[in-house]
Amino acid sequence: MRRANPISWSAGLVMLLGGNAAMAEWTLNMTEGVTEISRQVYNLHMIFFFVCVAIGVLVFGTMIVSMVLHRKSRGAVPATFHENTKLEYMWTILPIVILIVMAVPATSTLRDMYDAGESDIDIEVRGIQWKWQYTYLNDDPAKEVRFVSSLLTPKDEIENLAPKNEFYLLEVDEPLVIPINKRIRFLITSEDVIHAWWVPAFAVKKDAIPGFIHESWAIVDEPGIYRGQCAELCGKDHGFMPIEVHAVSEEDYETWLAEKQEAARVVYETIGKEWTFEELMATGETVYQQSCAACHQLNGEGIPPVFPALKGQGLAVGPIAAHTDIILNGKAGTAMQAFGTQLNPAQLAAVITYERNAWGNNLADHIQPSRINEILSGGAQ
Amino acid sequence: MTDNAKTVARLLSTAVFMFAFGFLLVPLYDVLCAVTGFNGKTAGQYVPEKTTEIDKDRWVTVQFITNNNAGMPFEFRPKQRSMRVHPGEINTTEFYIRNPVARTITAQAVPSVSPFHAAAYLHKTECFCFEQQQLVEGEALDMPLRFIVDSELPADVTTLTLSYTLFNISQEALAVAR
Amino acid sequence: MITENPHDSHGPDKGLMRWVFTTNHKDIGTLYLWFSFLMFLTGGVMALIIRSELFQPGLQLVQPEFFIQMTTMHGLIMVFGAVMPAFVGLANCLIPMMVGAPDMAMPRMNNFSFWILPFAFGLLLSSLFMEGGAPNFGWTFYAPLSTDFGPPSTTFFIFAVHMMGISSIMGSINIIVTILNLRAPGMTLMKMPLFVWTWLITAYLLIAVMPVLAGVVTMMLMDIHFNTAFFSAGGGGDPVLFQHIFWFFGHPEVYIMILPAFGIVSAIIPTFARKRLFGYESMVYATASIAFLSFIVWAHHMFTVGIPIAGELYFMYATMLIAVPTGVKVFNWVATMWQGSMTFETPMLFAIAFVVLFSIGGFSGLMLSIVPADFQYHDTYFVVAHFHYVLVPGSVFSVMAAVYYWLPKWTGNMYDEALGKTHFWLSFIGINITFFPQHFVGLAGMPRRIPDYPLQFADFNMVSSCGAFLFGFSQLLFLFIIIKTIRGGEKATEQVWEGAHGLEWTIPSPAPYHTFTTPPSDLNEAHG
Repeated sequence: MRRANPISWSAGLVMLLGGNAAMAEWTLNMTEGVTEISRQVYNLHMIFFFVCVAIGVLVFGTMIVSMVLHRKSRGAVPATFHENTKLEYMWTILPIVILIVMAVPATSTLRDMYDAGESDIDIEVRGIQWKWQYTYLNDDPAKEVRFVSSLLTPKDEIENLAPKNEFYLLEVDEPLVIPINKRIRFLITSEDVIHAWWVPAFAVKKDAIPGFIHESWAIVDEPGIYRGQCAELCGKDHGFMPIEVHAVSEEDYETWLAEKQEAARVVYETIGKEWTFEELMATGETVYQQSCAACHQLNGEGIPPVFPALKGQGLAVGPIAAHTDIILNGKAGTAMQAFGTQLNPAQLAAVITYERNAWGNNLADHIQPSRINEILSGGAQ
Repeated sequence: MTDNAKTVARLLSTAVFMFAFGFLLVPLYDVLCAVTGFNGKTAGQYVPEKTTEIDKDRWVTVQFITNNNAGMPFEFRPKQRSMRVHPGEINTTEFYIRNPVARTITAQAVPSVSPFHAAAYLHKTECFCFEQQQLVEGEALDMPLRFIVDSELPADVTTLTLSYTLFNISQEALAVAR
Repeated sequence: MITENPHDSHGPDKGLMRWVFTTNHKDIGTLYLWFSFLMFLTGGVMALIIRSELFQPGLQLVQPEFFIQMTTMHGLIMVFGAVMPAFVGLANCLIPMMVGAPDMAMPRMNNFSFWILPFAFGLLLSSLFMEGGAPNFGWTFYAPLSTDFGPPSTTFFIFAVHMMGISSIMGSINIIVTILNLRAPGMTLMKMPLFVWTWLITAYLLIAVMPVLAGVVTMMLMDIHFNTAFFSAGGGGDPVLFQHIFWFFGHPEVYIMILPAFGIVSAIIPTFARKRLFGYESMVYATASIAFLSFIVWAHHMFTVGIPIAGELYFMYATMLIAVPTGVKVFNWVATMWQGSMTFETPMLFAIAFVVLFSIGGFSGLMLSIVPADFQYHDTYFVVAHFHYVLVPGSVFSVMAAVYYWLPKWTGNMYDEALGKTHFWLSFIGINITFFPQHFVGLAGMPRRIPDYPLQFADFNMVSSCGAFLFGFSQLLFLFIIIKTIRGGEKATEQVWEGAHGLEWTIPSPAPYHTFTTPPSDLNEAHG
């Protein structure tokens, strides 16, 4: 049923009274949500709304009656009263009483929201221009799942070159997955400017402030997919960093988590952990033999001038940043390829370390796979 | 005319006072936050007045989170994600920090505690956040944190999260806007 | 009975320089009003750019970077360039006449207060052409988006704000001194028209909070250029501090933008109901209470920032309280209408629409004050709907009502009533079509300040955009009506409106260049 006239109070009231579900496009009302808190919030909203409607009907009704009856064209003669102390007291005190009564459930819901209970799962939510990063905190770093969640909607849809899908601007590549019926604590912060993490279905909205951490929590009753958006202007793509949460059964959550933790473990073993010098040299030697020796020779002396020597000269004994750069990005106009796209961060870190310390170079420095990974992900050089 | 001048003078001084008041709000806010812990900011170095009693019947989980602010390239992570402690006892943990880039960079770690009403009860006797950390290229450090959870910590707090955000406060970072 | 000083019957200077050097309150009021209309149309064009982009999902017309410049500039221009100067212009035109004074207390400072504005806004608007574009961080310019991530034009924005602030502060000092010291003998404070009362209180608010705005933009300037860290956690500061200081200014600012409107409506309704304003004294006290309360509720703009529960509860209760004096005023207007003998000329139509639509904005404001519910409303179009209801059919309608009401006094000609009513109905319908659906999309989950949105918000956005164009183009009719009236029309009498009371209705229409050079002796007509 579509009512195209949004000014019509009665249509609005009918729809609101009739519930707020499936009005997909002409949605008039807030969602009831899927947590106990969100339902309390919805009820507060409705109570206050109806109180306002009642007062409005009273006041505007009086005005309408007056405009009809007390017009000069009807021959109305103006009265002369311009004060009435009793009436004025009444309409000062009565609103105060109404407000006090309304404040009670509002206070109670707020206290419920601020209840700092023991959580089952702690998730750090980090706002970054313009995406979210989630970390499932875990005492074991090898099991800590961390990922970035970015808008999935293709540019073509935004630029009107392709039809928009149902979840246009509300879909992400890596959604947040949580179990139902568990208390999830969200620890919210930001890397740069103020963002805000908002999931209407949970009635959770909290500003993400750089340098500070804030918490919020939710216990989701119903499995489903819940979508939200950033709710604080954070730059040009403020409208393009949505939130997608999948609330699933505990078993499904454990399965998902196990998969993610396995992937995290692999990453940790190769990139996340801190490698010792010996580990780097050992792996580095292998990588060098496989990927570099063909041109730069096993003894590091190369075949100058086409394949420079690495032993005792050149970038291999210079500043590590330039050395790293040429290995990752290659050198245009020469045969030196960009190995950043061919080898994984562990291999790259190892071979750089090896080259700087083999053949008597002995610079005694090294670079960690995590650092290579950072550079490859666009981090600062 | 003199009446006017008097009124103008009063109003002008009100305007000047309100301008100063705006600036006064800055230290006022800091004091209020320091005293109440309202924004999760922890106080400075804590010197215990007496040997505190350790409440062996109560366990509190202290969780550590680290973050880099934009433009901060350091590796920065806690050695432990969390610790279970008794209120009143001195605990120690470490944070690893490393400068992987080819420039000397000065960092400032900024602590923040959640929930806020717990902030005033987390006392740090030794913290790398009290000073700036300047690291040259490749330099790495294990930075200690010694803290006491006050036994007066409100009963409803069972987990307290201490987050450090690392900021790049070298001149180069301060001069550049994105 | 007033006597005109025969010496002054030479009238105003000739030529353009008259306007540059004038110290006459009527001239300066005229300058403010025309400036404000120009800014209203400029800000309106920006609104239409915004609504055009939001007509459909997808990016059709502008890129996000430019879109957020438009939302920012639209807000700044409407708040500081349209609404505030309009009220100052009305104050200039009317207050001296209403209190029986020959001019404002400091006519030269008055001239300077106005002439700062074209420079301030020229500077602000020129930022659109600077490298990096205009300010793009919302009219509320939160740190660190505005300090660490703002475009180079941010510095010019800060200077423009300083200039606007100086203009407002000087204007307010002038208004207070005029009201306190230049009233005609026998006009006690409780005999002044309510418009004068509301401006007296507004002027005090301005003097109290514009310097705080100056302070916060100065701190911004220092953070950007002088390596301070007021708002950066890295240097020991706090981005939330910015919000506290800004809203300490910002909340009283929104009352600054509505109290004069209350005064205008309190002049118009009694006239067209032919009945004295109900509860004059309680209107004064209610206005003063609103002004006082406005200082202690600022953090209701910051409920999601992470304030402890005690703070949230306090600010919720204090904000809910403001509904009481505001309600009193609405009831008083209705009681003024009740058992009056009403006619519905254009000013009365705008005034009645004000009462109804401002109250609707007030209701959404009451809903917003409820913290748990606000977690769902904050930074959504529900808020946008709320403040547009109180500002557009609120403040702007009151300015339009004032213009229609006093235009015959200023020009000596009646405006065309049929055209005026047409303008009213087009505006009324346009405004509701524009902003009422925004309540719905906000409740459905649409955030603010986004150039593109998910599909479920599409239908109401399209409706809203249509309304915006209707409302926007209707203002060209307003312009036409004003110019037409200036050039000629049915001659207006001294009193103009049958039920009008007040000193300004005891002098000829058009009002002579200099009025009340000798104070009026008969104050019976002072207020309605």
